[in-house]
Formats: sequence, C-alpha cells, structure tokens
Amino acid sequence: MRTALVPFATLPLAACAGRQSVLDPQGLQSDQILRTFFIFLIVAAVVWIAVVIVLCVGMLRRKRAAGQPLALHQSFERTSGRVVFVLGVATLVIVLGLSIVSYAGQRTVFAKDENALTLKIIGHQWWWEVRYEDDSPNKSFVTANEIRIPIGQPVKVELESADVIHSFWIPSLTGKMDLITGQKNELQFTAKTPGVYRGQCAEFCGLQHAHMAFAVLALPPDEYVRWRDKENESAKSPTEPLGKQGEQLFRARGCALCHTVRGTLAGGQLGPDLTHVASRTTIAAGTLPMTTATLGAWIADPQHIKPGNTMPKMPLQSDELIAIIHYLEQLK
Amino acid sequence: MTQIAERRELRDDGLSGLQLSTRLKNIWRTPSGFFGALMSVDHKVVGRRYIVTAFVFLLLGGILAIVMRVQLAGPEKTFLSADKYNQIFTMHGSTMMFLFAVPVMEAFAVYLVPLMVGTRNIAFPRLNAFSYWIFLFGGCFLWISFALNVGPDVGWFAYVPLSSLQYTPTKRPDVWAQMITFTEVAALAVAVEIIVTVFKQRAPGMTLDRIPLFVWAMLVTAFLVMFAMPSIMVASTSLILDRLVNTRFYDSSSGGHPLLWQHLFWFFGHPEVYIIFIPGTGMVSAILATFARRPVVGYPIVILSLIATGFLSFGLWVHHMFVTGLPQLGAGLFTASSMLIAVPSGLQIFCWLATLWDGRPVYRTPLLFVIGFIVIFVLGGLSGVMVASVPIDTQVHDTYFVVAHFHYVLIGGAVFPLIGAVYYWFPKITGRMLSESLGRWNFWLAFIGFNVAFFPMHILGLIGMPRRVYTYTADMDWAHLNLLSSGGSVIFALSFALLLVNVIHSLRSGALAGDNPWDASTLEWATPSPPPPQNFDRIPIVKHRDPLWFDNESLPVVAGLSVERREVLLTSLAEAEPQIREASPAPSIWPLLTAIATAIFFIGSIFTPWAVLWGTPPMAIALIGWFWPAKTREDEE
Ligand code: HEM
Ligand SMILES: [Cu+2]
Repeated sequence: MRTALVPFATLPLAACAGRQSVLDPQGLQSDQILRTFFIFLIVAAVVWIAVVIVLCVGMLRRKRAAGQPLALHQSFERTSGRVVFVLGVATLVIVLGLSIVSYAGQRTVFAKDENALTLKIIGHQWWWEVRYEDDSPNKSFVTANEIRIPIGQPVKVELESADVIHSFWIPSLTGKMDLITGQKNELQFTAKTPGVYRGQCAEFCGLQHAHMAFAVLALPPDEYVRWRDKENESAKSPTEPLGKQGEQLFRARGCALCHTVRGTLAGGQLGPDLTHVASRTTIAAGTLPMTTATLGAWIADPQHIKPGNTMPKMPLQSDELIAIIHYLEQLK
Repeated sequence: MTQIAERRELRDDGLSGLQLSTRLKNIWRTPSGFFGALMSVDHKVVGRRYIVTAFVFLLLGGILAIVMRVQLAGPEKTFLSADKYNQIFTMHGSTMMFLFAVPVMEAFAVYLVPLMVGTRNIAFPRLNAFSYWIFLFGGCFLWISFALNVGPDVGWFAYVPLSSLQYTPTKRPDVWAQMITFTEVAALAVAVEIIVTVFKQRAPGMTLDRIPLFVWAMLVTAFLVMFAMPSIMVASTSLILDRLVNTRFYDSSSGGHPLLWQHLFWFFGHPEVYIIFIPGTGMVSAILATFARRPVVGYPIVILSLIATGFLSFGLWVHHMFVTGLPQLGAGLFTASSMLIAVPSGLQIFCWLATLWDGRPVYRTPLLFVIGFIVIFVLGGLSGVMVASVPIDTQVHDTYFVVAHFHYVLIGGAVFPLIGAVYYWFPKITGRMLSESLGRWNFWLAFIGFNVAFFPMHILGLIGMPRRVYTYTADMDWAHLNLLSSGGSVIFALSFALLLVNVIHSLRSGALAGDNPWDASTLEWATPSPPPPQNFDRIPIVKHRDPLWFDNESLPVVAGLSVERREVLLTSLAEAEPQIREASPAPSIWPLLTAIATAIFFIGSIFTPWAVLWGTPPMAIALIGWFWPAKTREDEE
C-alpha cells in the first residue's frame, strides 16, 4: 500500500501542469469518467486489502509447519465450501453492481446533443487535419493540429482517417475514440473551463506515433467567435519585400505542392493547411512550441526533428530560409 | 484387465526389480549420440528442450524490455531510434506472448502431464518432437529476421491497415505473420497430445475426479488452444494473402474492413491470455497443496471455475475494441461479460486462501512465489475490472495504465507461478535441489522489482502517457515515474539473473533431491528424479486423489505391459479402466525432417507464392517417411 501512496503524492504536481491528465478533468465527460473511476478504485482497493488481510492472517495463525500432510476435517471442508460459495455470490453481486455503475456512466459520457458545434478531424501519419464544417461558408475552414472550441458548448468531432488507424484523445476533456480507415466515428464533449489541453494519438500508427499530438484551446464563447472569424479569412499578402520574397519562394521551392495557404496560389493537399500557421501554439503536431527558432529548425531539416515524416528536407539557401520563415510568421 | 494374448512375449510380470527396470530403460531410452538426440521422442527430453528454449526467449524478450526501459528512463532520450524502438516493443510483445509464455506452459505440460497421469510417454510422441522443432524454427526465424533488421514493427497485434502492404511495404509484417503460423502449428500439436494423453492414458483408477488440478488446468488450456488458434490462423493467413497475392480481406476501399482483423485477432487474443494464465493456476494449485500440507480446498469448485473461465474467455474479446465506435448497448454488455470472469477467478482465489488458512504452511521458495502471485494477480485482476468498464476504458485504453494492468496479470498470474514451478519441479527434472537462500533473494528481488517497475505505470497512464511511444517531451511530467519504473525493472531483471545463477550452480552442485523431496502427493513424485526413460517400472493404480499421501501402503501397480517393445496402457475416458495396450512410437528422425521441410515451405512462401507449390513435395516425402508402416505389431487389447 505504501507504494500506492507515493505516486499519489505527485498528483497535485500533475494537476498544475494540467495539460494531459485523466486526473485533471476540465470537461463534463472527463468529470463523469473520473467519478466512475473512483467508484471502481474504492471497490478495488477494499477487495484487494481484504484479500491481503485474509492472506496474512491465514499465514500467521498457525506458525508451526507440518511435516506430515494434514488430516482433513469434514466440518472444515464443508464450511469452507460454503464460505467460498457465498464469496462467489458476493463477487457476482459486486460485478453486476459495477456493470450498472459503468453503464450509467457510459450513458452520460456518450449522450448526444443535436446542437453541438461540429468539426471533422482526419488523421494522417502523423498529424491532424481539422475541418470546421458549417452550413454557412463563413464558418467553414480548414486548419491543422490545433482545435479551438468554445467552453460550455457541446462539440461534436467526426473522426476519419486518411491512412492507418489513429485514436483521438484529450484526457482532460474526454476519453478516446479511434479514427478508422473506411469508417466514420464521432465523439462529443464539452469543455467546462478555459485552458489549453493537450491531446495525443493513442493508437500506434507507425514510425512517429510518439509525435502525433495536438492542442485544444478552450475559449470563452466571444473569444472563440473572434478567432473563428479571423481563421475564416484568407491569408493577407505581405507588403514588404522580404515577406514578398518569402511568399514567392514558398511556391518556387515546392512548399506549395503540399501545403495550402488560402488566398494564394499555394493549394497543396498533402500536408497541413498553413493559412494561419503562425497563430498556432505548436508545430509538427505538438512536437515543438511555435517560435521562430523551432520553425526555422523544422523547415531546415524536418527529418532531423521527426524522422520518417512525409515532409522532405528542402534544398534552401539560408537567406531563402529566412525569407520563408519571415513570410510564415505573418500568417497569423 | 488386459487379456493375456497367446504369444510368448515377455511381460513386466515376468521380471522384477532391477532387471525390469534395466530392460525397460533400454527399450525406452533415447538413442545416444548427436543423431540419437535429434531423433528423441521422449516427452521428458522434448519437454526439457521446450522449457529451456522458452526460457531463452524469456531472456531475449527481457533484454528488449530493459532496452526499452533505458530509452524511456528520461525524456527525449536518443538511446534508440524510433524505428528500433518500434521493432523492439513489437519483438518484446511477440516474443513474450508467442515464444515464451504459451510455449513454456505447454513445455511444462509436455514434461509433467504424462508423469502426473502415470503413463510412459505422451500421446503422439513424434508429433510432440515435430511440435518442438517447429517452435524452435519459428522462434529462430523471428529473431534472425530481427538481427537482419527485418524484425516486425507493427505491434504484437499488428493492426491493419498499418500492417498492410500499402503502409508497411517491407517484409517485416510477413515475418510476424509467418512466425504466428509456426507457433500455431506447434501449439495445436501439443494441445492434441495433451487432450489425448489425459483422456486415454491415465493410470488405471485415476477417474475424472482424481486428476491432479495441474492436469485439469492443462486440459482446459488445451481446449482453449484448439478453439482459439483457428481464429488467428484465419486472420494471419488472410493478412499474408492480402500482402502477397493482393486479396482484399482488410482493404476498406474494396469492401474489406480493418475491424475484421481486430475481431479475429481478439477472438484469439483474449483466450490467449487465459491460455497463459490457466496453466499458472494449475501450478499454483500444485505448489499450494504441497506446501500448505493439505489438498486444495474445493477441488470441484476449482475445476468448475477453470472450465467456466475457459468458456467465458471466448465471450469478451470486444473489450479490446471499446474505442472503435461500437454500438453503446453492445459495448455495455461486453463490460458485464468481461467482469463476469472475475467470478470464477475469484472462486479460485478464495479456495487457495482457504487452503492456506487451514494448512500448516512450509515457507519454501515455491510457496513464496505463490503468495507473491496472489498479491500481484489480485491487483491486476481488479485493474482488469476497471478497464472492462467502457467509460473508464475510453480513458485508459492504449495507455501505460493498460501496460501496467496486463503485466500485473501476465507476470503476476503466470510468471510468478512459473518461477515457483521452476523451484518446485527442478528437483524432479534434474535430480538436484535449487538453493533455498538464493531462492529467497530471487523472490524478494522479483517481488519488489516488479512492483516498483510496474505500479508507477498505472499513474503514468492516468496522467496521459500513451503506450508504444518511443519518447516523450520533458514538459510532460512523466520523467520521474518513468525513471522509477526503469529502476524497478533493473531490480526485476536482477532477480532473473539470480535465478540463472541458481540454476547453473545447482545443476553442478545442488543437493541431491531423491524421489520426493517436498513430500508431495502426485504421481510424478513416485518415480526417481530425474525419471528414467520409461517413467514408471510398473504403471501405478490410483485409488485416491492424492495417491502419495493417502494411499498408505506403497502404490499398487498394474502388470502385463510388454518389456520387449514400447507399450502404453490406454484406459477409459471417465473411469480410467484399462482398455488396451498400445504400441508407442520409437525414436525417429522424420519429425525433424518434416519440420525442416515445413519451415522451408513457410519461410519460402513469404518471398514467393510459388513456394506453396515447390514446398509441398519435400513435405509430402517427409510425411511419407514419417508414416511408413512400421514393422511392429499393431495395438492389442
Ligand atoms: C523484465 C520484465 C518486463 C518489462 C520491464 C517489460 C516492459 C514493457 C514495456 C515498457 C512495454 C511497453 C512498450 C510500449 O508500449 O512502448 C511492454 C509491452 C509488452 N509486454 Fe512487457 N515487460 C516485461 C515482461 C513481460 C512479460 C513476462 C510478458 C508476457 C508474458 C510481457 C508482455 C508484454 C506485451 C504483450 C507487451 C505489448 C507489446 C505491444 O505493445 O505490442 N512483458 N513491456
Ligand atoms: Cu496516430
């Protein structure tokens, strides 16, 4: 039991970091799951302690070891048979009870709301395509590796895969759901408090499975609307020379073959949409924080940072690199 | 009783004592020399090889585990590349499950079941030899591929479409799938042998309710193998076909479905863990009875629990798929069916606790491991109840919580009993005792190391660490617990090093064991240690569930088996009444040759489908050699 206590002492710490933890629920669903979990945990702890106590008492009550095999007493055999039977029935009752608790929790967690904000997430090796879809085109746009949602409103994500199976998981908000090739899954959740929550792919999806994370920014509703309207806009073309050069190089050096920047000629579909890349908090699917330095390092040699990913190392002069970074940093 | 045929053949009633023993030994012994060794069909020789080989794979799999733990000990370590790490965790899982855990349990059964039921050899001894060779070749094939950098890297459950040709165009998944085929064939062969041995070769008088619990456990396991293996066979064969000849079983763009793989895999994969755990319970029952100095409480309850576990284990595979988007009610029902298996497992635990309660325990190393088993396994079982719940599973699925859970059940439920079993049966197998003081160190290092290594993983999972990641960033707060876990796994590994030292040391200079060093009650202890090639000079007659304890006179025996050729006694299924004397096959090189031909066929076929054609004639020739009518007389009643 002492081993059990030590790690729990570290929990508050984990809660401070508050980024990716089942024990730090910030959504309606994760809250419910944690409640169910604690019920199970208490039952399990009681059962385990009871077993260990019986084991210890059983071992200690007769100290003298026997040489000869013991003679059996019919009365003990009969009573113990009965006790075992009763305990078996008790086990049955406990597991049926827990099944009901579990199912009740499940109903709450998977309850559906018709008015949920809908986004579509498409898993790629090893990044997330995020599509906001709405009947009105000025609320529909595409981004990547980062989701912004309003707090207090149910969000429905439709999950699909472009290649292998992935799994979409934001522990602080809700449990995971797989993105399965050739199948559409969906998941609903509601964030309660504003904050940045980290999510990560949870189904092994190949070489860089470890580097397939994303950020969820839960915002107050008005802030969310402001972001959405901005995100919906096309990229503004740079006006000063370095930015212009960057934009031009972006096409000339092949970046645009894979990446889209809305409002420009760059319309590639293979990689993440970069229209507002500079407004995101991380790059390379949560691999690095978004800074000038990391952006530069990434473009200079993506294979060094995330070996095996689909983006090749582009042959760039250092001044070209600087221009491209400068351009990208304006894509807010 | 056996009828006296009117031939002038010499029977064992015509001889006595040493004379009989020597004669039988000569008939049953494995031919000497290197080629003789390759021809052996003695279940003890094959069983011993099987056990040693499986432990070598444990060692290899364990080394990989430590290598992984080194990589994960701190954030962003570069000890292993992503590619190596992915190969290594796949190799670790596949080796542990397919080349260690299942085979080692079968190996113990191959060695012990014939002795425990009082017969001279396992049923189908040549098949048994064949099974070992196939297992060996399959294991070497996997590990040689790994050494050549073609080790599989798609996880031990090789989910499609990641393992399809499109996403993994190397030979790596083919190697994995074909290794499965090897182990399937080996496992099925042993299952058939065990079932027939237990059903037809029990010593006279060993009625169904006098069969030792270990044998019951192995019987149930053998049935699980028979019903679970076909599913993985279908799965892996379709995978290979998809990869090699462009069938589309799993291709969603042409009407296949990746979830088909998951259903087929887990319909096998869940029973698989019981194929590992149920033999563990058999070992626990055997050890517990001996050291608590009384039979296990509730013999019928334990057997019914084993059978119930066997049946239930086929009804809960879907709990591995709770996050694939199943209908909610259906998923909820699989929660209930999964938790239900706690009832038979619980019943067994209660019986064992009652046994200790009433017993006067003698605390030798095997018993320590059984006590460790109870403490660890119950914890793993309870975390199993947690992951069976759909809402909880959506959070902990594919995280380190699950890694912790299944190591608690696999190591707690199977490896601890297994190490206990090594200490317990080592004297029988080798004739020498393992050192008791090293044994105690071994136990405490294993117990402490295990818990320090794996308990923190529960917490890691809950604070968000997914499994199968080759690294993590420093700001994730996972570093401390990972370091602790890595430290624990080194301690745990040391305990195995100690076991190895103990084994090597005791083989040379351990105390001599004698027939029955623990004063145990079952038949394997009624013969010398190590047992002679014929196992028993005369087949015992069983009148009690614990013959060596409660049959106060020396064991009664049957007479009438030939001493001129290999013969075993067949008895009836329920009452074990003698029926006929049957010839038992002599040593032969054909099982090895057939295994070689089969291996060429299997390995060739991953490079070209034509191997299925040109690989067949050698196999046919080998099989003809194997089944060539022998000159010996056929079975007689
Ligand atoms: C020294 C003892 C052991 C240590 C330290 C250890 C450690 C680990 C670790 C760290 C993983 C997770 C890899 C990852 O998700 O990246 C793992 C996976 C696994 N282990 Fe062990 N393990 C040990 C013994 C065993 C044994 C004895 C068995 C089976 C009887 C076993 C079966 C497995 C399986 C099936 C996996 C899953 C592999 C996969 O994800 O494909 N392990 N082990
Ligand atoms: Cu993924």
